[in-house]
Amino acid sequence: MTEIFGFSTQVLLGQLVLGLVNGSFYALLSLGLAIIFGLLRVVNFAHGAFYMLGAFAAYLALTWFGIGYWWALLVSPLAVGILGIVLERLFLRHLYTLDPLYGLLLTFGFALIAEGFMEVEFGSSGMSYPVPDALSGPVNLGFMILPLYRAWVIVASLTVCLATWVVIEKTPLGATLRAATENPRLVQALGINVPVIVTLTYGAGVALAALAGVLSAPILEVTPQMGSTIVTVVFAVVVIGGMGSILGSIVSGLALGLMEGLTKVVYPEASNIVAFVIMALVLIWRPAGLFGRT
Amino acid sequence: MRRATIWVPVVLLGLAMAVPVLGIYPIFMMKLLCFGMFAAAFNLLLGFAGMLSFGHAAFFGISAYMTAWLSLNLHWPPEAAILSGIACAGLLGLAVGGLAIRRQGIYLAMITLALAQCVYFFCVKVPFTGGENGIQGVPRGTLFGVVPLGSDTVMFYFVLASFVAIFMLIQRIVHSPFGQVLKAIRENEQRAISLGYNVNRYKLMAFVLSAAIAGFGGSLKALTLGLASLSDVDQTASGEVILMALLGGIGTFYGPLAGAGLVVTLQEYLSDRVGAWVTVIIGAIFVACVMVFRRGIVGELEALFALRRRS
Repeated sequence: MTEIFGFSTQVLLGQLVLGLVNGSFYALLSLGLAIIFGLLRVVNFAHGAFYMLGAFAAYLALTWFGIGYWWALLVSPLAVGILGIVLERLFLRHLYTLDPLYGLLLTFGFALIAEGFMEVEFGSSGMSYPVPDALSGPVNLGFMILPLYRAWVIVASLTVCLATWVVIEKTPLGATLRAATENPRLVQALGINVPVIVTLTYGAGVALAALAGVLSAPILEVTPQMGSTIVTVVFAVVVIGGMGSILGSIVSGLALGLMEGLTKVVYPEASNIVAFVIMALVLIWRPAGLFGRT
Repeated sequence: MRRATIWVPVVLLGLAMAVPVLGIYPIFMMKLLCFGMFAAAFNLLLGFAGMLSFGHAAFFGISAYMTAWLSLNLHWPPEAAILSGIACAGLLGLAVGGLAIRRQGIYLAMITLALAQCVYFFCVKVPFTGGENGIQGVPRGTLFGVVPLGSDTVMFYFVLASFVAIFMLIQRIVHSPFGQVLKAIRENEQRAISLGYNVNRYKLMAFVLSAAIAGFGGSLKALTLGLASLSDVDQTASGEVILMALLGGIGTFYGPLAGAGLVVTLQEYLSDRVGAWVTVIIGAIFVACVMVFRRGIVGELEALFALRRRS
């Protein structure tokens, strides 16, 4: 058996691939955060809660209405996205002229309400969501046997991330979006309805979080707390990557997942905090973040 | 206005002194004062230096653990155990603050949240914190070797005296030249830099002070309840202290105390009756505060009096 620095290659590669699965969730979530922040200047603290609601929506769609996984991939982000749009219209938009800290505090309140409510309704023990039939079973990568579903998560997340990046960087819609980020008043003066764009952007960012939730449902247990644990790590990703950059958030999300996988092999006790240690190092070395502009 | 501001502390202090006589549950009042101190520390940072820390429970909790462990296992006298707790919180503040002030605003909030989560994981893992059970049965000991703190009444007056001292210290800090520079930095950091102030040093100093005072609150809480646990360092505690300051009025002197009073009362009376709904209610208060009540209770009252004065 081959070894790298005394660790078996098989174990190392295995953990790296599993790290990549987590990394793709981080990428999807920090991508949504970055898009929302870019246009709204709001740090969406409720992002973890929307991720959790996405997973719950998939679970409830299955148990209440018998709606399967593939439809849930569409229905759940749509439902949670609409919820996001309603919240933006009712609450968030009143705060745009104030200090961005208020947006953070408001969405923190949203997160508490969502988490508390789901705990009242469903308790804090986890619920399991079955892996869809078409994706059950293993896939042999040569160096390891990977459950097909995890491979699907990596491919699906990367595709969505890439598609989002293409839409924002390469299409006329994306150009409008970027222009509105740079100078909303000028874009408004050109006859484009900026408030509607802002609302839809929030909905889209939130929908991305819900999509990540649906993707994670068959792997992780669906619990009310699943969002608040991941959101802290995603914040670390955002600090590392610099919030202004779409590509930066995708790359740092994936990289951090890989680093977590690596840590699980080298020093398992630290795998929970490696994200924060890396964040601290980046702050010392490059305070603006790896992809950020000062 | 001036006369009113003089009378407010006198009346409050008189009422507080009479608490044991009035028959109000002293443990509850002590808890309120401990969290009031915690909230005042947080408010010093946000209200007067403009830095929102989303991880202040790390300082509160680490100090509670330190004080509890020293009192229980090494039988240190309370004053030494408390001072060690404060020192520990201050050092942690130096580390966290040193990293966090490299960014501003929302980034600072996210960094403190992440680093506090780090501290939380540390407390979960290391053996000396007692894991899920925490450190229980902490003895209060004898203050300076002469005042036994075992009785709730004596302990109450000790906590009250500590709170008043910290309250006055914070007022002193805010009105000192140091506090004025902090205010200048909060209003316009670039201008403060161009005036030649070493902005980072001031911000770090404010951060360490706030962390140490939060630690004092944590130490007192550990001795009062004889308990230090994971709920002192977790994200919920960090959120609650933000709510206390927000609800009471950010940047006011009495706000944190009023906010702590309301939040502690709410938890005390609601947690038995509504269970997990407490989280929902706290979230709803957050939303209400941010949407319609940004000045907080004390802030609104001050605005009301100022308005009356003018008319």
